[in-house]
Amino acid sequence: MSSEWPLWEVFIRGQHGLNHRHVGSLHAPDAEMAINNARDVYTRRNEGVSIWVVRSSDIVASAPSEKGPLFEPSNSKVYRHPTFFDIPDEVGHM
Amino acid sequence: MGSATVTDTTVDRAVLFEFLLRMGDSTLVLGHRLSEWCGHAPALEEDIALANTALDFIGQTQLWLSLASEVEGKGRSADDLAYLRDARDFRNLLLTERPNGDFGKTLMRQFLFDAWHHLCLGALLGSSDARVAAIAEKASKEVAYHIERSRDLVVRLGDGTAESHARMQEALDDLWPYTGEMFVNEASDVALVAAGVAPPASLKAEWDALVAETLSEATLKKPAEGHMHKGGKRGIHTEHLGYVLAELQFLQRAYPGAPW
Repeated sequence: MSSEWPLWEVFIRGQHGLNHRHVGSLHAPDAEMAINNARDVYTRRNEGVSIWVVRSSDIVASAPSEKGPLFEPSNSKVYRHPTFFDIPDEVGHM
Repeated sequence: MGSATVTDTTVDRAVLFEFLLRMGDSTLVLGHRLSEWCGHAPALEEDIALANTALDFIGQTQLWLSLASEVEGKGRSADDLAYLRDARDFRNLLLTERPNGDFGKTLMRQFLFDAWHHLCLGALLGSSDARVAAIAEKASKEVAYHIERSRDLVVRLGDGTAESHARMQEALDDLWPYTGEMFVNEASDVALVAAGVAPPASLKAEWDALVAETLSEATLKKPAEGHMHKGGKRGIHTEHLGYVLAELQFLQRAYPGAPW
């Protein structure tokens, strides 16, 4: 039966604010049941205060075969990390 | 605990004990029934959802039976009450001991119970016994979700395929004669209602409205009011409870006092 239901990706925002994080996926016939199922499957241990679900088929992903052209060029650009500045003491923690 | 002391003097302890057993035994037996689905539900998500509901009920049982133990004052713990009483001493609604049947029947039973449970706990929030009101407060949040979920699924399956519709109608017809018991007031209820500890029987009108609205949305036909089974509140049970207890109580009966 579950094989007939579409797959949904689940994002949960934890107790301490911050952003919604991807926690996993599940099957459900529609958005409302996906939210209920996500509540039952992924928030059993008090993990969340907010749930997002999105149809897995609506997620556009980068192609694994493009990994080289997409990501390797940034390997050699260490100057993009802001680690070459002297931060004045009075700025404090950044 | 101030108001609790007052209550103990105004309501017969034995009557209050009976009421607490009714609440705790219904959640215990239904929780056990739902736990029978663990690993067998038609989809992983439903399996976990049913197990969650079962655990909510077991948690509520712990609260009701702990208070029952305290009110009884005979040194029987909540565990003793759950594991060492015989069927004749259980006060659960007959509806809760009905066999699971198929998934649709389990959901129909759940909906019919949740509709009552939700209203009952809502009324108990205003109980004159602060301990009862506190349990109702905690349980009502869980039950608000139970009723949302079971109502939604009854509508989806009732108004689903020809197959699911037929199964839901059959489940409804089969379980309907076990719903009347929820609104029967035994003699002992009168004292509790008078003292404001238990909800009045007038929950029936609200229950009828909630159920009628849901069944209509689910395209299911409400059965005619006919004979209603009762007796659970007095310890007169169907043959099914014995099998439930045999499984539920096996460990403590075979190995008395065995700790987890």
